Amino acid sequence: MFNIIEKRNIFFAISIVLILAGIIAMIICGGLEQSVDFAGGTTMHINMKNTFDNQEVADLVKETIGKEPSSVQKAGDQQAEVIISMQTIDTETRNKLFEAFKTKYSLEQEDLLSVDNVEPTVGNELKFQAFLSTLIASILMLVYISFRFEFKSGVAAVIALIHDVLIMISAYAILRIPVSTSFIAAILTILGYSINDTIVIFDRIRENNKVMRKEPFADVVNTSIWQTISRSKMTSLTTLLTITALYILGVPSIKDFALPIIIGLIAGTYSSIFIASPIWVMWREAERKKKLKTA
Amino acid sequence: MMFKSLTKFLVVILLIAAVAYVAFNGVTLFGKTIPSALDKENGIRRGLDLVGGSVITYEAQANKVTEDDMNTVKDVLRQRLDAMGYFEATVTLQGEKRVRIEIPSISNPEEAVQQLGRTAQLQFIDSEGNVVLSGNEVADAQQQYGPLSQNSASEHYVALTLTDEGAKKFSEATGRIKDKPEGQNYIAIKLDEEIVSQPRVQTQINSKECVISGSFDAESATWLANLIRSGKLPFDLKDIELRSVGPTLGDRALETSLYAGAIGIALVMLLMLVYYRLPGLIADIALCGYIAIVMAILGAFRVNLSLPGIAGIILSIGMAVDANVIIFERIKEELKAGKTLRASIDAGFHRAFTAILDGNITTLIAAVVLWKFGTGPIKGFAVTLSIGILVSMFTAIVVTRFLLKQMDGLKIRNTKLYGA
Repeated sequence: MFNIIEKRNIFFAISIVLILAGIIAMIICGGLEQSVDFAGGTTMHINMKNTFDNQEVADLVKETIGKEPSSVQKAGDQQAEVIISMQTIDTETRNKLFEAFKTKYSLEQEDLLSVDNVEPTVGNELKFQAFLSTLIASILMLVYISFRFEFKSGVAAVIALIHDVLIMISAYAILRIPVSTSFIAAILTILGYSINDTIVIFDRIRENNKVMRKEPFADVVNTSIWQTISRSKMTSLTTLLTITALYILGVPSIKDFALPIIIGLIAGTYSSIFIASPIWVMWREAERKKKLKTA
Repeated sequence: MMFKSLTKFLVVILLIAAVAYVAFNGVTLFGKTIPSALDKENGIRRGLDLVGGSVITYEAQANKVTEDDMNTVKDVLRQRLDAMGYFEATVTLQGEKRVRIEIPSISNPEEAVQQLGRTAQLQFIDSEGNVVLSGNEVADAQQQYGPLSQNSASEHYVALTLTDEGAKKFSEATGRIKDKPEGQNYIAIKLDEEIVSQPRVQTQINSKECVISGSFDAESATWLANLIRSGKLPFDLKDIELRSVGPTLGDRALETSLYAGAIGIALVMLLMLVYYRLPGLIADIALCGYIAIVMAILGAFRVNLSLPGIAGIILSIGMAVDANVIIFERIKEELKAGKTLRASIDAGFHRAFTAILDGNITTLIAAVVLWKFGTGPIKGFAVTLSIGILVSMFTAIVVTRFLLKQMDGLKIRNTKLYGA
């Protein structure tokens, strides 16, 4: 039986490297990419019906509204759809822009697949909301776990949660994916999932601790992790199956939601085993040593 | 004993099948119809991102806005939506100075944004089309209830207060109009280009205070008072957010999500069956029950299901299986330790219970926080996730346990079948 607790520094290092890579990516690129939801802006998803040239689309936008679009992406199965993002423009200008597309590419009104326009103030409120809800959810979970287990385990579990969120953010920073409202929902989903995962292991530790009194806490934890590992594998596999099916088959807005969940699921499973449990052990051992010294 | 177990087992399966049938097909019993959850009209509400439509949020451009003002805005927008033929649209106030409009199946969202957001044009005109009063000459309009004269019964009416200038014009106009023949002796109150009320003029009105009476109830009087006040709203409405999905994309979103869901479920079921064998089969049956119950609840409460909501359900399926995984792993361990099947099942459920309970409660905490602080589709996601968690606790614990016990009753005790 491989001793996870003994080798904990390796696992901590893996996480720290990933998170540092994310931070470096953020520093280089000046923060996270933000979608229209957060930064404010206008996005249009248009069915062009035929293949088209991105540059030509960008030029048409510039010509019509006087500003360069911030991105022009191809989408759809045949790559015959375009998603254009730009700074926020008002309703008259949006109308004018789509009219220009209609004329140039002979489109119908129904070819405007979707439009999103968000003022920057709305984006800031969303960011605040996201921060607040993550914070509140974490505090409530800390309280619940402290009550059901002990305070140390609550803190260990919440550190694992923060780890998951940081990994998700890092993945977005490194892959340059814009964060959106879906990202927030994904983060909170992962908070719920990862804590569930951690609790299953902690529950086993709580139970084993009663029967393995004489053994050191580190061994109890290591045994508990191995006893629950097939469950950890199975559950993350079933959840990954459903969410990956959504990611592969879904429309762009569903993909936006499925991707951070997939990353979070992996991070959450990892952190329950390799982060939360070792931290609980470290704290307990540190406390025991202190007691021994004073005694 | 074996017969009893078999009966119980079959009864549960029939029950699940019945719930699934009602949820997916609806049923008519004794003249009363329980609609199918998939019914467009009476079943699960489909979010605008699934049917196509626009969500427009306007913000009042002023530092301070009163609640009355916002209610006026709401009524004006309702009036405009009706005038444009969008009877299914909804208008809700959001926070202190925002109003959110949802319009299903709309082809040109920008047109709606412009039409709805324009400044209200309130005019009082006579039968010839002359403007008698304009909106800014009305100081206030209130819905009131009471007798209009000493001997009459109490009724609902709208009390108008005019400005000095307005009162002068109104006195002149009512003096002129009261003498007109029947059919022309009225003043039409026009909001934008729509006539919202057309009261008759019986006497000349020489006061700043006057009333519009008729067959009003509290609601219609409030509505008219609000519309009249709209002519003097001290702020503009700015469209701060527009989210619009065309019907083609909406259809595609629904179709692909359901397809992905079906594939995901099939894979999960297959995996459970291969890995856990007989208990896996039982878990699959319970999962069918889970899907049927969730659909029935979503349909019965007419939950508004949008794309993130569907994602929430599909995700919760993966998590629903988790409780079973925890239990089955436990049962395997107990069997390997040499316990009988009966004892292993009992111990497995008993020992897994605290983990499942604690895990689900913490997930619920996350869902409730999402529901409280999220807006729009995120709220929908929180609702479906919560429903999913609660139902999964029932199916994964109660239903699975009951079915597994019947397996023992049927003397299917070969531990190989249980993966041990």
